[in-house]
Amino acid sequence: MAICGPKLSLCGLIISAWGIIQLALMGVFYWIEAVALAEDIPEIGEYHSLSDFYSKMTNGYQQNAINCWIAALLYLITMALSAHQFWLNNRSSLSV
Amino acid sequence: MGSLFRSAEMTLCQLFLQSEAAYACVSELGELGLVQFRDLNPDVNVFQRKFVNEVRRCDEMERKLRYLEKEIKKDGIPMLDTGENPEAPQPREMIDLEATFEKLENELREVNQNAEALKRNFLELTELKQILRKTQVFFDEHEGGTNPTESMTRALINEDSIARQSGSVQLGFPEKNYDPEEYYPCFVAGVILRERIPAFERMLWRACRGNVFLRQAEIETPLEDPSTGDQVYKSVFIIFFQGDQLKTRVKKICEGFRATLYPCPEAPADRREMAMGVMTRIEDLNTVLGQTQDHRHRVLVAAAKNIKNWFVKVRKIKAIYHTLNLFNLDVTQKCLIAECWVPVLDLENIQLALRRGTERSGSSVPPILNRMDTPEDPPTYNHTNKFTSAFQALYDSYGIASYREMNPTPYTIITFPFLFAIMFGDFGHGALMAVFGAWMVLKEKPLAAKKSDNEIWNIFFGGRYIILLMGLFSMYTGLIYNDVFSKSVNIFGSSWKVSNLTLKYVESITTDHMLDPATDDYVQYSYPFGLDPVWQLSKNKIIFLNSFKMKLSIIIGIIHMLFGVAISYFKNVNFNNHLNIICEFIPQVIFLTFLFFYMVLLMFIKWFMYYPTNEPTEIVYGTRCAPSILITFINMVLNKRTPYEPICETSNMYAGQEGIQKFLFFAAFLCVPWMLLAKPIMINRARKAAALHNTNHNQLHSATENGDAEQPMHNNTSQTPVVTQGGGGGHDEEPMSEIYIHQGIHTIEYVLGSISHTASYLRLWALSLAHAQLSEVLWQMVLNKGLTVEGWAGGVALYIIFAIWGSLTISILVLMEGLSAFLHTLRLHWVEFCSKFYSGAGYAFQPFSFEIILESASQAKEE
Repeated sequence: MAICGPKLSLCGLIISAWGIIQLALMGVFYWIEAVALAEDIPEIGEYHSLSDFYSKMTNGYQQNAINCWIAALLYLITMALSAHQFWLNNRSSLSV
Repeated sequence: MGSLFRSAEMTLCQLFLQSEAAYACVSELGELGLVQFRDLNPDVNVFQRKFVNEVRRCDEMERKLRYLEKEIKKDGIPMLDTGENPEAPQPREMIDLEATFEKLENELREVNQNAEALKRNFLELTELKQILRKTQVFFDEHEGGTNPTESMTRALINEDSIARQSGSVQLGFPEKNYDPEEYYPCFVAGVILRERIPAFERMLWRACRGNVFLRQAEIETPLEDPSTGDQVYKSVFIIFFQGDQLKTRVKKICEGFRATLYPCPEAPADRREMAMGVMTRIEDLNTVLGQTQDHRHRVLVAAAKNIKNWFVKVRKIKAIYHTLNLFNLDVTQKCLIAECWVPVLDLENIQLALRRGTERSGSSVPPILNRMDTPEDPPTYNHTNKFTSAFQALYDSYGIASYREMNPTPYTIITFPFLFAIMFGDFGHGALMAVFGAWMVLKEKPLAAKKSDNEIWNIFFGGRYIILLMGLFSMYTGLIYNDVFSKSVNIFGSSWKVSNLTLKYVESITTDHMLDPATDDYVQYSYPFGLDPVWQLSKNKIIFLNSFKMKLSIIIGIIHMLFGVAISYFKNVNFNNHLNIICEFIPQVIFLTFLFFYMVLLMFIKWFMYYPTNEPTEIVYGTRCAPSILITFINMVLNKRTPYEPICETSNMYAGQEGIQKFLFFAAFLCVPWMLLAKPIMINRARKAAALHNTNHNQLHSATENGDAEQPMHNNTSQTPVVTQGGGGGHDEEPMSEIYIHQGIHTIEYVLGSISHTASYLRLWALSLAHAQLSEVLWQMVLNKGLTVEGWAGGVALYIIFAIWGSLTISILVLMEGLSAFLHTLRLHWVEFCSKFYSGAGYAFQPFSFEIILESASQAKEE
């Protein structure tokens, strides 16, 4: 059953391919605690000592890494859906 | 194969073709597509040319084909496009083609006419059917449904009598004691367009003073109008009236409203019978209509198989006769004479094509191809392939290069994407662009076969190699700038370390930390490739980047301009124009090098000599004492001393700087009068010498006139090529005053231009800064919002926000910024680069080629 048109499914295909690659990589970078991404983790309000600050930072990094992979997974689902729709659209346009 | 550095060498040729062989030869040349014919009878009216008749026949055939195509499209039959390219048929085949098309067209027209007549018939019958059905309802209503067998007239009379008898309810048959003829009301029934009903009703009421009785009912299903094929809605009406006068009036009104009237019998039995008859006739008509449609379909399907092929054939014939119309007829009418521009390197191919044409036509006399000398400038023809044609188009849209001028295209293949990439430096955006370009390049053949008529897509597709290169180069500069979607990657390990930072200090600073290379933070050796990633997080990032990128863009700009001037040297060498080399090229190089390239050298000296230090003993080479390049340069031109701090000891970068600067400036200054005056003075002197020589020669000539007649003849022929050779300058007939003015403008343009153009290259820095900032802002304002959502919901938020960020990145950063960077690059090439050497005063070579003709014809059709 075709829900999306050919253009929308193509758009979904492209953006999910891009999303999977970029978000998976970003997840890796968060996991290894890249300094460049230090600004892009949830803000740390209160901390008692330096070690507490570091552990909170590490937590934030890991949480974000997992979030990135979740989003990448969601894009994987989107990609599967769009690919299916794209295939349906292509097939129906061929049969006509 | 011709080279891309210059346009191909062309020659004017005269072509003698035997009348019988002309058609086949021209057809072969059209397949080859390397010959541009000149119109040899421009003063002859189009209608008075030799092959007007044939062209007309072709036009007629094309018209028939277009009619066929329209019919095929109307039926939605797919047209077979095998992409094959049939050869132009022989002239005798033209008659066959004509006959075929004539037959097809007639057949189709006949079928269409029949179908229309049948449809009209069908419409009438359907309308009649509807009338019979609807009127039945009227009758039934009037009889109250009690007596369905009674005729409606009776019922009406009934009503009348009811009215007269006022009250006494009488159902069924009235007493038969009066003559029915006396009260017998007439009626007409018909069909009218539904939207006309209200006007029709009012008109009837007014014209007949309310003495008619109108009933109407809508026909639910739309009916097809046979002449237009539209679906129209109609209504059935029935009008009752008494007397002949009213009858004529009613009929007139019906006529006026384009209503169609149908006979409707009064008796229900008659009606039923008629309805039965109509039904059977409709059935018959339907079968006949179906057969007609089938026949039409068969004819069209058969035609659809060949129509593309026929189009190609007819267009080729037409093009050939058009070309033959350009030729001159020999006095004896035995041969045709043509003049054409031909690339010298392809003469062999053309000879071969002509021979093939002769063989095909079975003629015994071979065609003669004769090279001619001409003072005219030949057209510019560059051999391009699919890779270089897009780059060539960039310059062709600026101005077609003059004949045999240096063609900037080969260099542009590198400089264009490179200058673009300086402005578009981001690894991520470059990768997106490169992927798009690579996809178009890899899928080249299927995409080209699709022949989309989307203009924007065609522009992108035409420039696919440019886009691919721009993307790849942007990836490189993105690595140099260390920008991946505005984030830096730390591949080799930063050259900065954290030292002397206390917790208190870190907590006290609110924004980023300032990087000072003079402190221990810097490990004293630089990041191996590109920009250190630590700059992304520093406070003085923009200050550092601006100084770096500004210098970079000036360095690249001046090298680019010097390269342009260098090309002008090769151009002048090619045209043997030593005057231009001495009077323009040399002072131009001196001016640009001594002033602007010197500034570039100062930049390098500054980079090598000065370094950040806080040592008091080395303060002379510290940042504090490093002179500003811009101030130094301005003071060099203004001939002033640069002020300096006492501890720095000097404002110079090296010993003897002031003396050298003075020399450079005055040398450059002297170039201005050199450029301005030298060339006109030299031309003036040469002219005077020539005039003197001529008078001397004339005296000599008159002295020997009766002696040798061949001497002047020989002289004349030897002089003409000299004149044409010097065509690069083209100053031969200009008066001196114009030469002075021309040179003045040229000099001012160059001198002021080199200043403003140098500044113009700063756009490289400005756009690169804008791009980097914009992508950073987009990350901060959009993607950052998704990344800083706490907890597991962050994953879903990121999923949505990434899509938004992605589409914004594509639309704003890649498309819009890419377009603006592209336009600025184009400008840098057209204005700053081309103004140094490119005259662009040529005209394009437009060969007679079937390929081009068919392409333009199919495009014109789609529009």
